[in-house]
Amino acid sequence: MAGSTEDGKQPRRIQRGAARTDESNEGDDVTATVGRQAQAAARANDVWKVYGSGEAQVIALRGVSAEFERGRFTAIMGPSGSGKSTLMHCLAGLDTVTRGTVAIGDTTVTGLGDAGLTKLRRDKVGFIFQQFNLLPTLSAKENILLPLSIAGRKPDPAWYDTVIDTVGLRDRLDHRPAQLSGGQQQRVACARALVSRPEVIFADEPTGNLDSRAGAEVLNFLRNSVREHGQTIVMVTHDPTAAAYADRVVFLADGQIVSELIEPTAETVLDTMKKLDAPAEVNG
Amino acid sequence: MIRATLKSLLARKLRLILSGLAVVLGVMFVSGAFVLTDTLGRTFDSIFADAYEGIDVNVAAKPKIAMSEMEGEQTAPPFAATTVDTVKAVPGVAEATGVVAADGARLIGSNGKAVASFGPPQLGENWTGESDVVRLREGREPRADDEIVINKGLATAGKVKLGERVGVLTPLEPKREFTIVGIFGYSGNRDSIGGANEIMFTTPMAQRLMLGEPGTFNSVSVKAAGGVSDESLRDAVASAVGDGFVVKTGEQLSTEAAEGFKEALSFFNRILLGFAAVALLVGTFLILNTFSIIVAQRTRELALMRAIGANRRQMIGSVVLEAVAVGLIASVLGLAAGIGIGALLAWAFGNLAGGLTLAGLGVPASAVIGAFAVGLVITVVAALLPALRASRIPPIAAMQDVATPDRPLTRITLAGGLVTAVGAALLVLGLGGNAGGNTLVTILGGVLFAFIGVALLTPLISRPVVSLLGAIFAWSVPGKLGRLNSGRNPRRTAITAAALMVGIALVTGVTVILDSAKSSISGLAQDTIKAELVIAGVQSGPRPPTFDPAVLQKAAAIPGVQLVDGEYGDLAVVGGERTWVGASSEDAALRQVFGVRPTAGDIDRLAPGQMLVSSDTAEARNLSVGSTVPVQLARGEPTTYTVTGIYESSQITGGVLLPAEAVRDFAIPQPIQGFIQLAPGARVADVQPQVEALLADSPEVSVADRDAFIEQQASQVDGLLTMIQILLALAIVIAVLGIVNTLALSVLERTRELGLLRAIGLRRAQTMRMITVEAVVISVFGALLGVVVGAGLGAAVVEALKDEGITDLILPWSQMGVFLGLAAIVGVVAAVLPAIRAARINVLGAIAHD
Repeated sequence: MAGSTEDGKQPRRIQRGAARTDESNEGDDVTATVGRQAQAAARANDVWKVYGSGEAQVIALRGVSAEFERGRFTAIMGPSGSGKSTLMHCLAGLDTVTRGTVAIGDTTVTGLGDAGLTKLRRDKVGFIFQQFNLLPTLSAKENILLPLSIAGRKPDPAWYDTVIDTVGLRDRLDHRPAQLSGGQQQRVACARALVSRPEVIFADEPTGNLDSRAGAEVLNFLRNSVREHGQTIVMVTHDPTAAAYADRVVFLADGQIVSELIEPTAETVLDTMKKLDAPAEVNG
Repeated sequence: MIRATLKSLLARKLRLILSGLAVVLGVMFVSGAFVLTDTLGRTFDSIFADAYEGIDVNVAAKPKIAMSEMEGEQTAPPFAATTVDTVKAVPGVAEATGVVAADGARLIGSNGKAVASFGPPQLGENWTGESDVVRLREGREPRADDEIVINKGLATAGKVKLGERVGVLTPLEPKREFTIVGIFGYSGNRDSIGGANEIMFTTPMAQRLMLGEPGTFNSVSVKAAGGVSDESLRDAVASAVGDGFVVKTGEQLSTEAAEGFKEALSFFNRILLGFAAVALLVGTFLILNTFSIIVAQRTRELALMRAIGANRRQMIGSVVLEAVAVGLIASVLGLAAGIGIGALLAWAFGNLAGGLTLAGLGVPASAVIGAFAVGLVITVVAALLPALRASRIPPIAAMQDVATPDRPLTRITLAGGLVTAVGAALLVLGLGGNAGGNTLVTILGGVLFAFIGVALLTPLISRPVVSLLGAIFAWSVPGKLGRLNSGRNPRRTAITAAALMVGIALVTGVTVILDSAKSSISGLAQDTIKAELVIAGVQSGPRPPTFDPAVLQKAAAIPGVQLVDGEYGDLAVVGGERTWVGASSEDAALRQVFGVRPTAGDIDRLAPGQMLVSSDTAEARNLSVGSTVPVQLARGEPTTYTVTGIYESSQITGGVLLPAEAVRDFAIPQPIQGFIQLAPGARVADVQPQVEALLADSPEVSVADRDAFIEQQASQVDGLLTMIQILLALAIVIAVLGIVNTLALSVLERTRELGLLRAIGLRRAQTMRMITVEAVVISVFGALLGVVVGAGLGAAVVEALKDEGITDLILPWSQMGVFLGLAAIVGVVAAVLPAIRAARINVLGAIAHD
């Protein structure tokens, strides 16, 4: 696997993150990420996902190969049933692939057992879900620090302060999720995903439950964390406006990658979606 | 509506099983109690029918003292042999046989110990030949005075064989040696009737050893001539023998004996039902909790039903219907399990009682009615509260995220305070002895109210206590999460813990009371008994162990022995009232051995015809020195005694003391305990072996030093305590099921949360630890409540019994600590299945779960 051959050469992840932070201060983050396209944060190689068997067989992914570049914000789009969520779940190690391989950074995900997958999720992956993202019994601060506490690690105080200030929640840290608005809850979830500096953050319709203003806040925050801190984010969405925040949009239909947009706008995304929908309707 | 309910019910089988299990256990206890007592009742019916099978009419002298089945075997007084001839002469009598039969003939088995009985009589009789019932299996009838025949059951129990020389203890004489010349059995190939042991002597020997008067019998068994009815023969015989005799048909005798026994059984039944009630109380908590959780989980579903037009009554109906279904299924299963348990216990009882042949297993209507009444009523009542709550769910809840709002605890706390106060008031009333004839009911009601009140107050207490307890386990992240989860729903945690509280509180309370009693009594004995050595045995059946009175004189002759006192006791009619009376072989013992002080008259000497009474008895019966009281003992004629002294009442001495001369008319004219005082300078170690040697022919007792004796007497309480603890263990088992249930339902409820935790990297082991901490916090909280409430209740009872001589309050700290430790273990065990379930949650599925 490509990931494992690079194993020894790659510097430690945290050091790399620090280096990136320096780079971002120089203000040339976009060229830097483009220049590192070869070092993908997450990679799918001819991934097939088949549910059921016989007549009930559903093929969710048909030989998807994709790379998600380090330090970039990639959106995965596609109509319902296109396999976009399945692809994300497979990439994140939440679901197993039927054929093909998946890698996060230098770790091959395919074939890992539960312990390995848990460690991978804990140390290399951050999650933001559409809803039910926080533990109701913990305060915002405790929720943010939860992945680190579980791993038994101490947060980097400077990075923690940066994250808190970026999400703008300093005065809400002792609140319980029930005392926060939907947008605030989702920003807490973002901070939680960010604070452990994972290889990649997977966001599954992160704005699906929010109004447009709160949604824009969250998306701005995600984009900033990519621009300013070199975080890698892969986001699944069906909302063209949300996808427009990404550096790159990958379109899925019928379990295959059918199109791609670099530096998208809401309009170009919508156009591409319309093109995708049309033949699908004819076929259906 | 009904179909929707049943479908939702079947879709959640696990939930159904868990909530039903508590009902199953409670119902099992109730129906098991009924099945057991019914089976044993019919067993004894048939035993007594068999025992009197060969008798058409029976003649016996009127007993001097009426005794119930629980107090021991009735021994009919002897009468002259001429009565047998009188009966023989009555027209219609085909056969009349003089019979000697009395309890207290004990065979010394091959191990040198008297074959013990745990209830059935040990009869010494005269051999009256083979009959329809009694048949010799080996050997022949006894011809010489040193020959006996015994029943096969006794031969097996004592491990003795035909031709062997064995010792036999009888009530009236010291141990004698006999040769077993025959072993008999009974019709139907039985080895014994109801576990009774029978030793049959020659008639003169039986008369001498069992009745004490040669040429007498104590019953005549009559066979009717052909065509004469038992009843008409009975009346004819009765008029021939005149007053002073009781003449009954065999059928009457067997019915009466069985009735007497059934009275004892119904007492036993009530005790079992009492424990069943405790189990059901705990079960009610469990079901209430389960249905509350279920309703909370189904909020969306129920709200959706409301939204599409179901009315409130249909909502309530839907939950109640689910309860009825659970109750019905659980009742059926509980009844089946109860029948099994009843049969098992009956079998165990039969074995313990020496190989009873059990009557066929029966399921009385009471077991079936009890099972369904209890199972259905409890389940529906427990589900009603959650059902009402379900009906208040607004339809809008279907559209919103299911948030269980924190309802304020004010109302529940007020209610709890009120109920606790009522319970406390009832307890004060009952324990203070101000409840008249309803003392027991008042106290039990007080305890019940106190439990429910504390359970209602528990949610309020749970917040601080649970967070404090949790702090102990919260040193890791999973521990902290578990602690937070256990404090999350105070009501649910509280009810789960309260269920455990009930069992632990009862065990702790009983332990406090019995330990206090034990300590008070042994403390008193330590203070008062001034004897270095004590001769005593352990009582197994209704008959106390006794020893040869000759030992007393022989022991007194041992160098270094200053005083030897033998203590006797019997039930007598004193001044028209049945009273336990005592007698000492040594008049001086009262003051010298037991340290009793006089309050009036002279208590150091007791001549024939004189009696001493305790100050309590004197007060109760309005007696003073010089009063005369008629006393009827088990034998002999009524005698008038004069009170010559009154002594201070104490727990050690009885209320009435008769002179040593009265002992020969006691039912058991042999000493039950012996107290030996040593002269100054004499050593216990020197004297004890010599006394031991004297007791070679009295295998039922042994000699021990004072401390060992007191310990042995006090330890009799331990057996009772163990029994109560075993019975209450069921309530605790149900409470543990409750913890499993609550956890399992919580895990289901928090599936998405668990999925999230797993997604962000919580390991399986950490997930399991989180659930385990939650369980341990809940169970230790319950145990803590139980220990506190139990110690409080126990202390209250001990305080109330101060006047009865329970002066020490013993709080069993170590045992309370053990309960807390066990609770922690219980928590871990209860968490196993839910934790595995939580750890196995499919992360992806859980996040998508709704």
